[in-house]
Amino acid sequence: MEHKPSIFPARIGILFLLPALFFVAIFLIFPFIWVIIISFTNQTLTGATAANPQFVGLENYARLFDFSRWMRSGEFGASLLITVQFVLGSALIGQAGLGLLIAVLFYRRKGWARRIVTTLAVLAWIIPEVVVAFAWFAYLDRDSGTLNMILSALGLGKPDWLFDYPLLSIIIFNTWRGSAFSMLLFQSALETIPPSYIETADVAGASAWQKFRDILVPLLRGHIATDLILITLWTFNVFTPYLLTGGGPTNRTQLVSIYTYKTAFQFFRFGQGAAIAVVMMFINLTLALIYLSTLRRQRVDA
Amino acid sequence: MHRYKLLVMLAALAIMVLGAAGVGAQDDAVTLTMTCRCVEGGVNSNLVVWLKTYVIPTFEERMAEQGVNVTVELVEFGGSDEQLKQQYALDLGVGAGADLMSFDGFWVPEFVDAGLIQPLEAIAGEIVNEWDGWEHIPEAIQELLSYRGERYGIPVGTDVRVIYYREDVFTEAGIEVPWQPTSWADILETAEQLKEAGVEIPIQLNAGTPMGEATTMQGFFMALLGAGHHLYDFDEEKWIVSSPALLETLRFYEEIYVNRELGDARMQLVEDGRQRSFEAFANGEVGMLVEGDFFWRSPMFELMGVEQRNSLVRFALMPAREPGAGYRGQDYVTISGGTGWILNPNTEHPELAWGLLSHMSDVDAVRAFQLIQPRISFRDDVPVAGDPTMTAMADAALSLSTVRPQLPEYPQISVEVQLMTERVVSGEMSPEEALEAYAEAVTELVGEENVIRIPLE
Repeated sequence: MEHKPSIFPARIGILFLLPALFFVAIFLIFPFIWVIIISFTNQTLTGATAANPQFVGLENYARLFDFSRWMRSGEFGASLLITVQFVLGSALIGQAGLGLLIAVLFYRRKGWARRIVTTLAVLAWIIPEVVVAFAWFAYLDRDSGTLNMILSALGLGKPDWLFDYPLLSIIIFNTWRGSAFSMLLFQSALETIPPSYIETADVAGASAWQKFRDILVPLLRGHIATDLILITLWTFNVFTPYLLTGGGPTNRTQLVSIYTYKTAFQFFRFGQGAAIAVVMMFINLTLALIYLSTLRRQRVDA
Repeated sequence: MHRYKLLVMLAALAIMVLGAAGVGAQDDAVTLTMTCRCVEGGVNSNLVVWLKTYVIPTFEERMAEQGVNVTVELVEFGGSDEQLKQQYALDLGVGAGADLMSFDGFWVPEFVDAGLIQPLEAIAGEIVNEWDGWEHIPEAIQELLSYRGERYGIPVGTDVRVIYYREDVFTEAGIEVPWQPTSWADILETAEQLKEAGVEIPIQLNAGTPMGEATTMQGFFMALLGAGHHLYDFDEEKWIVSSPALLETLRFYEEIYVNRELGDARMQLVEDGRQRSFEAFANGEVGMLVEGDFFWRSPMFELMGVEQRNSLVRFALMPAREPGAGYRGQDYVTISGGTGWILNPNTEHPELAWGLLSHMSDVDAVRAFQLIQPRISFRDDVPVAGDPTMTAMADAALSLSTVRPQLPEYPQISVEVQLMTERVVSGEMSPEEALEAYAEAVTELVGEENVIRIPLE
């Protein structure tokens, strides 16, 4: 790396960085280490082990990976499987798919339809979580929900959404909730494609599908990868469905984030909760590393 | 992200500085705070009325006469019992929280062991023992908020559990009232009759994790005690984790919810199921509901009003599986809990806080409460007043009653009980499988040396 001339000497630069480093240490690195330490203890919030926690080695981790009950409802394996389904359904297929669809449908179009759809998608994204969850809870209620009022008026019956299809419900909810990010990302990516590409294809008589497959997708590939990794990372940690279903019924929507919360703050088992958090951190770290290396490869390609 | 956190911290700092300045400005006035799961017009509405119209004004007046300027603030908590407990544990863990906290007796041991709460005497000193109210509180009721011989709070009363039914619903179904079953078979038969008559939910016996302790107390214990024993062997000091009675209890659940579909399993599995069960009962959609007298005093009072409640709602005792087959050989069973108020060990005004607690527990205050909400009081000099049904419930059930083991591991075991019933009523496991999973989980919690397995059949 070549030496660039700068206003301040390097030492003063470090001095300016110190306050930031201090806060990073206090709010990020210290809690990180603390969680790892707690995960090796039987610390609880109440009971004798709250006052005098003991070191239990890998017991908390062994319990997480106890394969004799790994997949039993409410256990770690089952939660992990639900989370994977949730990420696949709501992030990769739902948000990225819907976002791409909206962006491409309105590509090179102006007017009220585009403005309305874009505004609605962004609105769904920026309304506070609690408000959104409450609205959906009321919307999906079996007996007095708006959705079932409409369905029964059309003679389609009254499905019990949050009870019979809880996972599907939170997948649809999260798709609705978060598609705006993918849409905005793809919209701005599409703006960077020179119009002449599409115009040339039009002259050559290419169909819409051919234009999409042979021009847009290859040019958007990098953005699609970025989008998928980012929303996977976020969706993996999302907690809002708790406000809708509480993880139930019978743990059928117990995402790993909800599992962690319940273990630590409902059953007060901090040690066990910390162990789950550490495992989650490693999964997130892996995803983040994939993201960073993809970014780096893109920069090299460019 | 870091910038955001910094901002929050700066804001918090600013609030602290301003707050401190505010307190410093008028240091002769003292503010005491109290919290309960109570909301005016909502849950335990009567408690709020009593606190706001009697306790707080009379206490402030009394203190003013002594030249002390006290303001009492009531923080109304509208969440569930479980959420309140979570709030308390987190508040106390960081040295915060209201000066007086309404507290469920069975939380005491685990909070004590964690060092989160202290005996009254340790907080407020010798004046606690000098209080003349203690001699009017029976030993058994003092026990509700005691642990290892120390008193942590003053109870507000105790309760009993019975089966509630609506006279009009029963009469319409052709069932003679007053109705009193003498066995589980009677209950199932009545439920079948109600079902035939078109009653939507013939019986509701609480199960599942969303209802929390209500499942263990109003559902599980009411069945288990009728099948012959307690969850805990008080002589051996061990937990009974597997037995024919436990299996019978789960089969009773299976019969109600899975085999005959006499109860609505959905209501036991959704988040707000308990409130739904109250509303369904008030609407005449539920035939029999096993509940505590809280149900009579609070939800029925709020949802139906006194007149309609008194003219329509009836109660029956919960029978043992067969006559004489219940706990201690009883024909009928019930179980009691009790809530009360504790002092926050972090309070800045321990003597004043005790002053408020003893003031609201004196004979005049308790009588004033009886006028607003008649209930089984904790004082032997204050009988239930003005509610014959409440008196009848107390007379019929109190002598049959027992309590939960006052042990720090009980709350966790109770959660396992809730999970066990959930597995059966949702059809996820058979009674045998659910019982085995329960035995395994409890053994892991308390250790092999603290459990008893009675061979099945």
